[in-house]
Amino acid sequence: MGATRIPGNITQGSTAKGGIGESTLRPDGTLKVTGEFAYSSDMWHEDMLWGFTLRSPHAHAEIKSIDTSEALAQAGVYAVLTYDDLPTDVKNYGLEIQDTPVLAHGRVRHHGEPVALVAADHPETARRAAAKIKVEYVQLPVVHDEQTALAEDAPLLHPGRDDHHAGHVPHPNVVHRQPIHRGDVAAARARADVIVSGEYVVGMQDQAFLGPESGLAVPAEDGGVDLYIATQWLHSDLRQIAPVLGLPPEKVRMTLSGVGGAFGGREDLSMQIHACLLALRTGKPVKIVYNRFESFFGHVHRHPAKLWYEHGATKDGKLTHMRCRIVLDGGAYASASPAVVGNASSLSVGPYVIDDVEIEAVALYTNNPPCGAMRGFGAVQACFAYEAQMDKLAAELGMDPVEFRRLNAMSQGTLLPTGQVVDSPAPVAELLRRIKAMPLPPERQWETAGESADVRALPGGLSNTTHGEGVVRGVGYAVGIKNVGFSEGFDDYSTARVRLEVVGGEPVAVVHTAMAEVGQGGVTVHAQIARTELGVTQVTIHPADTQVGSAGSTSASRQTYVTGGAVKNTCEAVREKVLELGRARFGSYHPAWATAELLLESGKVVTDGGEVLADLVEVLEGEAIDLELEWRHRPTEAFDLHTGQGNGHVQYSFAAHRAVVEVDTELGLVKVVELACAQDVGRALNPLSVVGQIQGGTTQGLGLAVMEEIVVSKEAKVRNPSFTDYLIPTILDTPTIPVDVLELADEHAPYGLRGIGEAPTLSSTPAVVSAIRAATGLALNRVPVRPEHLTGT
Amino acid sequence: MDFLRPASWEEALAAKAEHPTAVPIAGGTDVMVEINFDHRRPDVLLDLNRIGELQEWEVGEETVRLGASVPYTRIIERLRGELPGLALAGHTVGSPQIRNRGSVGGNLGAASPAGDSHPALLAAGAEVEAVSVRGTRMIPVEEFYTGVKRNCLEADELIRAVHIKKADGPQQFSKVGTRNAMVIAVCAFGLALHPETRTVKTGIGSAAPTPIRARAAEEFLNAALEEAGLWDNGRIIPPSVARQFAELVSGAANPIDDVRGSAAYRRHALGVMARRTLGWTWDEYRGNERSARCA
Repeated sequence: MGATRIPGNITQGSTAKGGIGESTLRPDGTLKVTGEFAYSSDMWHEDMLWGFTLRSPHAHAEIKSIDTSEALAQAGVYAVLTYDDLPTDVKNYGLEIQDTPVLAHGRVRHHGEPVALVAADHPETARRAAAKIKVEYVQLPVVHDEQTALAEDAPLLHPGRDDHHAGHVPHPNVVHRQPIHRGDVAAARARADVIVSGEYVVGMQDQAFLGPESGLAVPAEDGGVDLYIATQWLHSDLRQIAPVLGLPPEKVRMTLSGVGGAFGGREDLSMQIHACLLALRTGKPVKIVYNRFESFFGHVHRHPAKLWYEHGATKDGKLTHMRCRIVLDGGAYASASPAVVGNASSLSVGPYVIDDVEIEAVALYTNNPPCGAMRGFGAVQACFAYEAQMDKLAAELGMDPVEFRRLNAMSQGTLLPTGQVVDSPAPVAELLRRIKAMPLPPERQWETAGESADVRALPGGLSNTTHGEGVVRGVGYAVGIKNVGFSEGFDDYSTARVRLEVVGGEPVAVVHTAMAEVGQGGVTVHAQIARTELGVTQVTIHPADTQVGSAGSTSASRQTYVTGGAVKNTCEAVREKVLELGRARFGSYHPAWATAELLLESGKVVTDGGEVLADLVEVLEGEAIDLELEWRHRPTEAFDLHTGQGNGHVQYSFAAHRAVVEVDTELGLVKVVELACAQDVGRALNPLSVVGQIQGGTTQGLGLAVMEEIVVSKEAKVRNPSFTDYLIPTILDTPTIPVDVLELADEHAPYGLRGIGEAPTLSSTPAVVSAIRAATGLALNRVPVRPEHLTGT
Repeated sequence: MDFLRPASWEEALAAKAEHPTAVPIAGGTDVMVEINFDHRRPDVLLDLNRIGELQEWEVGEETVRLGASVPYTRIIERLRGELPGLALAGHTVGSPQIRNRGSVGGNLGAASPAGDSHPALLAAGAEVEAVSVRGTRMIPVEEFYTGVKRNCLEADELIRAVHIKKADGPQQFSKVGTRNAMVIAVCAFGLALHPETRTVKTGIGSAAPTPIRARAAEEFLNAALEEAGLWDNGRIIPPSVARQFAELVSGAANPIDDVRGSAAYRRHALGVMARRTLGWTWDEYRGNERSARCA
């Protein structure tokens, strides 16, 4: 293990109070905890109308007719819109493939698809009016899995496809296919002493963000519209909204409003276009808020997956080869499916060195709910499978599962199956060593605790199902690899505008980006960066809107890296301007202006030796320095469509987990006692936020392991669209999560940082399932693990 | 929708007589969910929150008369000794916020087979005090449930109170959910020992169209305990007896497959809970007997 390396001269202003590396508190933290934070659903406008969406009750049907007359006749109704009312020729939208109808046209392809819109003066009026819209459906056969999707007579979800994947996919119901070939699998397979294979299934997880989809569209006098919205990427929304409205982008002014979580579920549009259409039609502000039920239909989910894997190893524990096939169910519309395929295939090998691989990943079009981005994005599904395989191999070889993984762990310099070299620290073996070395929580504490024994610490918790009977402990390990940033040649830039001026006798920096703060803490980090780079105390974060250039998406663990990098970059340029100004004004007073390395510290221009040359207030003297600049990370390349070769990724993020579970083996109930995580973060810009992200991601992974699943019937209907039946972990399900943070700098990244938000979501799930396997001896090839799986019922 | 807010019990009865379709609402933990989900849109809501007596309880010689709106939190805090099974069931209801609002009256009114209090009421023995302008009738809880989310209340009747037998022996309650808190029962089981009558009573939740007692299991166990003199000698229950009891409990259920769990799992889990709760209550009974003898 190499020592921690920090690139030289990565920053200035190391003494700035509240700068990077400090756990400054979030400006929105207290407000959110006390319930005072204004979310997008809290917005109000005088005279506003309420929008409501009529949705399809069927998963696949032809629309014969829509009769809106009764709805329109209802008092209080201002508008009812259907496909026929769309104002331009652009009637579809989509992140990558524009296949999603703004409103259904002649056909619905999934349960809950938007069919018509109503605006009324009261939400209940809008709801009732929608119920009066008469839609005549003729149900069509449903495509719900690979077999039905690829059958000879399978109905085509999108006949006549002309998207950029249409030409290379094996079937029109395949959104995208990515093979990756490297080495000689047949030869490597022949060297293997043991070969294990398995089929694995990952259920459909939901982002389950707490703030439902909501926003407010206000028509403007210039014929445009102002949209206040909770989203993950303002400019991506704008690109999709404006053409449908027939407005130039500058007439659709978007402002981020309070976002109640995202996790990928706000990458696609939900009510954005709908609210704008209704506002422009009625000339009144229109608010749309989904309730919880509707929210489950209002955003895409994590792709459910079926994965087949084969690995081989020599008897001394070296991996020989890997073959895998990953089938992702993309549902009715493409959303982020192509990129999820890219991730699932290119990261399918995990954080291991395997030279000979045959990989194939596909995403299907089906009539199931559309699936797209969710924290972990294709890497989650693969990690569950390859980590199960690692345990199987270790067991087959009679080796310790952690030692087996360490023996095969990738490191800096490893060549990935895509031919890309891992060119920054990859401390996989070290992370595994660290979690293994952590002390284990005490066993059967309910027996030793005496009077203070608490049933809540046992499987079943408050439900009082066991007092220790049938309870067996298991310990499991897992490690994963996630890419950071947008991959495959995407121009993944961000923009930051920074203004430095004197206000009330004090230098103040204003940081303006379009970054969506979805709870990740970006606004905290931006202020820290500005303090560090400009040596000021006062930093104002301007509300995020489209009056500044794109910040890219708050996803792919990228915002601190890319928009943080953009803020740093613009601050550096502002600093240069300050120094230019200082040289012009005061250069003649002190030779150091010309000769020394100059820094901004504590509101002053100082030499690197610490000598004060001037006050920032004097240098600026009424002038404001105001710059807006784009910033890019290293470019990436597309993967070759046949071989999968290409430098597709920017950076990687690694986390490892050890799960300690107690399983009531008779009732099949699980209590996760502890879920320890070790993660390399490159550089912790805000250590408190880093630990929070790791704990949150870990918990979301636990949810997938033991409870979180959208259950879809064979008729492709969603069966549990509520928090009553879509269960997410409560605090009683959330274990202690000790976190060990490594900081091995990536010299290519700002401050050496590594995107951290997703990696902990990957390995958490397989670690928990591995621990349950250890406790029960069961194979458990599917998540979430249900009591039925543990009891054979 | 009309929202009626009677100031007294008599006014409430009059309102219910006048508006037989009125849906009573107290804590709102069930009714409001149904309204929000648009599962029902009652013409009239009858708000019982101004009627203070519904929040009160009386501990009598034999029974506790529990006002229909007494929240679970109060039962857990104040009636743990008299109604241990119901207090344990109350612990498993929703979240602290829900337990502050939800009540046994609401559970009975909704009559969901998954209601947490039903197995405890069945095992302890209880009667529902149903009142209308026509008068009062006492309905044994076993007869109260008539189908999925249906009970035997007349359209003009309101639940005023539940009369629950005070515990004369150990009671237990167990519930399976796929989460460690805040979860609707996949299935639930209540068990009460009644040393005074030398009987055992049970309650099964969420595993049949209505909450039910496992009568065959009770009869078998009553006979087995009697035959072996176990009530007197305080010996452990032979494992074969516990097993048979558990099987009969499983067999009493008539569960379905649904999104929360399979029928097969529900039967299996009921058997496990029956065996465990019998062990816990019997251990406690033996412990009590021993200390009573020593004293």
